[in-house]
Amino acid sequence: MNELMRRMLWLPEQASEYARRVDGLHFFVISTTMIAAFGVFATAIWFFVRYRRRSDSDVTPVVHPRAIHEALFIGVPLALFLLWFAIGFPQYVSLTLPPPDAQDVFVQGKKWMWKFAYAGGPNSVDTLRVPADRPVRLLITSRDVIHSFYVPALRIKMDALPGRYTQTWFTADRPGRYEIFCAEYCGLGHSSMLGELVVMPQAEFDDWVAEQRRNVLAAAQDGGAAVQPVLGRAGVVDEGRRVAAEQGCLKCHSVDGSRHLGPTWTDLYLRQSKLKGGKTVVADEGYLTKSMMDPAADIVDGYQNVMPTYQGRMSPPEVAAIVEYIKSLRTPAVRSGPTEGPVYESIPRKQ
Amino acid sequence: MNPSPASSDAPAVLPARTYLNAPDTGLMSWANTRDHKRVGVMFLVSTTIAFFLGGVFALLIRLELLTPGPTIMDAMTYNRLFTLHGVVMIFLFMIPAIPSGFGNFLLPLMIGAKDVAFPKLNLLSFYLYLAGAAVAIYGLIYGGTDTGWTFYTPYSTTTATKVVPVLLGAFIIGFSSILTGLNFIVTTHTMRAPGLGWNRLPLFVWAIYATSIIQILATPVLGMSLLLVAVENAFGWGIFDPARGGDPVLFQHFFWFYSHPAVYIMILPAMAVISEVVCAFSRKNIFGYKAVAYSSLGIAFVGFFTWGHHLFVSGQSVVDAGIFGVLSMFVGIFTAIKVFNWTATLYRGSIAFKTPFAYFVGFLFFLVFGGMTGVALATLSLDVHWHDTYFVVAHFHFIMVGATVMGFLAALHYWLPKISGRMYPEGWGLVAAVMVVLGFNFTFIPQFLLGNEGMPRRYFSYPEHFWALNVASTAGASVLGFGLLIVLVYTLASLRWGPVAGPNPWNSRGFEWATPSPPPPENFDATPVYTSGPHEYDEQAVPQPQLPEPEPRHV
Repeated sequence: MNELMRRMLWLPEQASEYARRVDGLHFFVISTTMIAAFGVFATAIWFFVRYRRRSDSDVTPVVHPRAIHEALFIGVPLALFLLWFAIGFPQYVSLTLPPPDAQDVFVQGKKWMWKFAYAGGPNSVDTLRVPADRPVRLLITSRDVIHSFYVPALRIKMDALPGRYTQTWFTADRPGRYEIFCAEYCGLGHSSMLGELVVMPQAEFDDWVAEQRRNVLAAAQDGGAAVQPVLGRAGVVDEGRRVAAEQGCLKCHSVDGSRHLGPTWTDLYLRQSKLKGGKTVVADEGYLTKSMMDPAADIVDGYQNVMPTYQGRMSPPEVAAIVEYIKSLRTPAVRSGPTEGPVYESIPRKQ
Repeated sequence: MNPSPASSDAPAVLPARTYLNAPDTGLMSWANTRDHKRVGVMFLVSTTIAFFLGGVFALLIRLELLTPGPTIMDAMTYNRLFTLHGVVMIFLFMIPAIPSGFGNFLLPLMIGAKDVAFPKLNLLSFYLYLAGAAVAIYGLIYGGTDTGWTFYTPYSTTTATKVVPVLLGAFIIGFSSILTGLNFIVTTHTMRAPGLGWNRLPLFVWAIYATSIIQILATPVLGMSLLLVAVENAFGWGIFDPARGGDPVLFQHFFWFYSHPAVYIMILPAMAVISEVVCAFSRKNIFGYKAVAYSSLGIAFVGFFTWGHHLFVSGQSVVDAGIFGVLSMFVGIFTAIKVFNWTATLYRGSIAFKTPFAYFVGFLFFLVFGGMTGVALATLSLDVHWHDTYFVVAHFHFIMVGATVMGFLAALHYWLPKISGRMYPEGWGLVAAVMVVLGFNFTFIPQFLLGNEGMPRRYFSYPEHFWALNVASTAGASVLGFGLLIVLVYTLASLRWGPVAGPNPWNSRGFEWATPSPPPPENFDATPVYTSGPHEYDEQAVPQPQLPEPEPRHV
């Protein structure tokens, strides 16, 4: 029955006990709505037929309601609505009361990605991994405008507000992959601010955390060491690709020559571009670095000023790696001259 | 006073002297008019143009959503389009259409007055509307506002697009709304003809009166909050942006304190129309006059205390959320009272299934579903899932398009003979009504399911599993659009070629039909005296002599 109703109403899968309880209320509400609406319409249709006009000079009796009619008109829907409320309100309250043993995950929304951080590491972008059958509390905030963290499969949603933390919690009990949406309009990339919730069995999750922590530790030791391991050119490019993906650069900049929210990175290096003010710049290392730190300074004509600054959010080696990555994205015959749409074959997306 | 029955023998002719040709027909005579009927007609024409524009924007939005990726435009254009659609439909069409258009035309006629209390303010209200509309549309098109009609901060105060002109436009239109509301309240209080006590007021007047109260009390709050956004956007003062020390959620409280009652500014006038139509076409007194009249006031009152249901997932306290949830349900109760009373009015009536009645049927259906889903949304745990998804979009379109536009169309058909003296083609009217009602269902029922499935609002692109329902919705929207186009075409045509209707083609006992159609500039030859309530059909109409009266005291 649950499965039939869920499919009839196009509801997503139910990844938690809470979702199943909310759906139970949903089915009750929709059934009573249908019955009430059917009652009103059936009565109305009966009246249309029974009391259709037979002559243009018809007169009709004056009918006034008795007190009992109006009392029923008020009492029946009121009782029904309060019943819905009596079921729905405790469910809503339960969403605000995370169990004390819940695992905390910090969620940060920013244009246009989700960042997740676990106490004591690791961090991730757009992919939230949680253990199954264990309560998880999300502490949610935003870096810029209001976003809203929404997982349909869990039937939960909570606004990410700049300058304050909100919270919600869930216990996912079905391992699998579920969609995360941004539900509060946040600009150009609103509909691509998607993420993924990965519910893993506890053991798998523990392995993943341990693995990630080892990597973080290794990276910290590398950074602290006096001698940086010398990466070959290819190694730096790979690093740049990784950082670019992690920082979300590729959400707005394509690497296949197609125009997106920002200019494509393919053949960007040393390209001459016309700016908003009419000036022309050559996209050399200096311009590329400046564009990451102070994006609003020189906007290429035809694009919006929507890129956030990355000042203080990437280490200098990471910035350099991204520049190297951009430099590596070249098609054989580089054209110079004013910016134009890609006239060459796009290179296939790697990975 | 009873309206005279239509004479069915001789072909009707238009009265020689009407508000349309007296004192003059020139453009200047319209631009300088003090006649509430002409002001009403000017509002009707301009709001219909706004409706047309908003409808075109809606169809473009639906076209873009036909495929999961980009279809005919880029993300920025899409964001601007849904802002345009929302602002034009709400501020330029929904809010003024029925109260300022039909309300202006009919309210004085229904209460036996020569005009509204402040005819010059009435004209000013129209020019404020025009000025505000011009500023807002300029801002939307040249400034490319991309915030949505809700202007949520801090997005609206940090976006690179221009927001200030739209805010100023909406601010100016707000004054138009306030002046109209003020005018109607004073008119209803002071200018009722002899014999017309409060318990004889037509239900249309009751609902318009309740609307006017909301307009006067809520609109200043909108003006204030829009100004605050404009100030923050233009001068960088930290009011709502936390990066500058403001509070981002404060704006939502301010905004919905107006914009939630504004929903009732849009729906109450439609209920006003429906109360008249259901009586006229079932030839029956309203079942529960006082219940219908007072529930309008109830909606106007409770509507002020429900704004928090827009903030159930904004970190609002649980106690607040619970209170707002229950209060929101009370609106549902007042609406249910009206629905049951309208349905019961049909009992032992004499029902003529004409076009306005067809729209009443559509209205009833949409209001029941829109209202019940509204109460479902106030059931807090369900709202957490539905909030900001297409379920909400479908819900408020059921109320605003479903109910309000059906009310508007019912009014258009019912009072077209009153306004123009000519009839629309009944066959085409029914065809279009069927298309509109069916097209509307096909457009918005899939959107309820999309919301269940979890598709958020204002998405330019969407994952592929939302595709099928989006195609269904776009298909429905094209049927709806085509139906509305038919209405537009035959309405314009019948203004010129429609058969002359006569003073009272519906044999209605509504007070506004007691004068010739179209009415003379001063509405009545002599001030009418009311001896019975409205909507009374229990005996054959007996034309009663209108007692000559001294000039009304308000002139």
